[in-house]
Amino acid sequence: MVMNNELPTPSGEVGEEASAYARAVDERGQANVALAGHGVGRPRARLAGALSAVLASRWLGAVVAVLAVALPLLNADTYLIRIATDALIFVMLAVGLNIVVGYCGLLDLGYAAFFAIGAYTSGVLATKFGWPLLATAPVVVVAAVAGGLLIGGPTLRLRSDYLAIVTLGFGEIIRITANNLDFTGGPNGLYGIPDFGDFGLRSDIAIYWVTAVVVCVAVLFASRLGRGKLGRAWRFVREDEDAAEAMGIHTYKVKFAAYIAGAVFGGLAGVLFAAHQTAISPPSFNFLWSALILMAVVLGGMGSTPGVVVGALAISLLPELLRGAENWRYLIFGLLLIAVMIFRPQGLLPARTGEPKPRRRFGRAARKPSEVEA
Amino acid sequence: MNEVLLDVRDMAVSFGGVRAVDGLSFTVREGEVLSVIGPNGAGKTSAFNCVTGFYRPSSGSVRFAGTDITGKRPAVIAASGIARTFQNLRLFGDMTILDNVRAGMHVRIRQNFLDAVLHTPRYRRSEAAATAEAHRWLDFVGLRYDRTALIRNLPYGEQRRVEIARALAREPRMLLLDEPAAGLNHGEKAQLLDLMRRIAGLGIAVVLIEHDMGLVMEVSERIVVLNYGKEIADGTPGQVRSDPAVIEAYLGVEDGEQS
Repeated sequence: MVMNNELPTPSGEVGEEASAYARAVDERGQANVALAGHGVGRPRARLAGALSAVLASRWLGAVVAVLAVALPLLNADTYLIRIATDALIFVMLAVGLNIVVGYCGLLDLGYAAFFAIGAYTSGVLATKFGWPLLATAPVVVVAAVAGGLLIGGPTLRLRSDYLAIVTLGFGEIIRITANNLDFTGGPNGLYGIPDFGDFGLRSDIAIYWVTAVVVCVAVLFASRLGRGKLGRAWRFVREDEDAAEAMGIHTYKVKFAAYIAGAVFGGLAGVLFAAHQTAISPPSFNFLWSALILMAVVLGGMGSTPGVVVGALAISLLPELLRGAENWRYLIFGLLLIAVMIFRPQGLLPARTGEPKPRRRFGRAARKPSEVEA
Repeated sequence: MNEVLLDVRDMAVSFGGVRAVDGLSFTVREGEVLSVIGPNGAGKTSAFNCVTGFYRPSSGSVRFAGTDITGKRPAVIAASGIARTFQNLRLFGDMTILDNVRAGMHVRIRQNFLDAVLHTPRYRRSEAAATAEAHRWLDFVGLRYDRTALIRNLPYGEQRRVEIARALAREPRMLLLDEPAAGLNHGEKAQLLDLMRRIAGLGIAVVLIEHDMGLVMEVSERIVVLNYGKEIADGTPGQVRSDPAVIEAYLGVEDGEQS
């Protein structure tokens, strides 16, 4: 055919030219980003540019983490520490659910079940068997994984709506089971759950610090997990399950991995919750919790870990900030949520769907693909 | 003659009362370019779906490179060396072009979740290697676009190229293309023809479902013709073109001619 020369071949100059072209586009793209970051023109554009530069910064996460850990040094008010601990636990739950719903696209309406499994496993071992709370964490991980296997096994073969309904049922089953068993304390629940130890500090500050460190590590963990091979597989499944299968990706296993990762996050958040509350009972794990956590994920931006952190902080802190409005606060809270859904349906801080910033690209010349060895 | 790579025997699948594939047998040899043609509804795509595991054949067997893959999971079949494209593009719309091609080499990327969490050297190495390889495959199919862009922002013809690049990144021994020329203009079809020849040049067997007869006759070494889920002809383009059964299937026969 005559068109041969129009198509760059992998070997020889034409192929290299195409590659150089792609690289030039990449670099120019970067330059454009930098330009937008510095902001040219009107003050409003400059402000937006500065904001997006801050949000895109590698250091933003670290700064927020340091602030979170340093909070008791800045203000050690008992009320503030208590609210902040609650908020951080909520962040952990939202980040965990985001792996399932945001990364992998599996709608889970019973996420509080894993939260309950974690809190109860930890609570029972600590109060009935006298285990130190920290020692219960590995058992909680095992219990959460077991719970994930038990529910995920049969349900992950289902798609979309069906999965949502089954998980909704599972969430209720766990709560009702806890309500009816003796060793979980029935409707009264468990009380007198110890903390992690006070390390010579005020006990609420000690719990806060443990929580802050665990949650910061969890957020980093989730965020990096989402960018690696497994995280990519989750997004392939979310985008098109059949196409992912055709690429040799075992979608059932991949969905399972997301479900189990979410379960472990939920379970560990349960341990923190048990330590913080010192008492747990079945109503702490009702459907409202699952719905609120899901709301944090959607509000923040599905699939975006920074977004979900913001969403979780908003959901948990706004009612407190609106306390001045007395009985009106939940109305205002609801209106604010509706406003966000109308004006920013993609979430407060939606996932950035670009490539990670290239440090430097390897593999200079375009080699013949047949020579590529994996 | 090259060795038989894919061996389909008496394969059948039905939906309700419709026998979409009805006792189909054909073979694909290593490195050959084979076209599967037939009128609409002849069972071409159903046959593809049976071979790639998306449908479970109700009877018959599919052997690939000497192993029985009948009724296996699509992921297992894909891992054994069959890659495919879809009739209606099935790309990962909300992801970048590079990510889409990385999907093809996914199972070959050597890293586990801890590498990703800890950003180990192995993680950086495998990511960099995957990116470089994705660029090479995109060079191979001749995509001239910003590859960090979202795939859904690409024009249709370019999306087709990326889908082929994604399938090639799977490093298959056999590539199934389901109507790759649909919706392409004349120039794009010529480029596709060249691309298919270069794919065959890599030693990959190409199986093509296509309605554009010009393209089929030009590129195929052998053609299998289906009608009502059965094979009605199998031969070189020249043989198939003059086969009365094929002409009948495509054009029909007048009442008096029926024998």
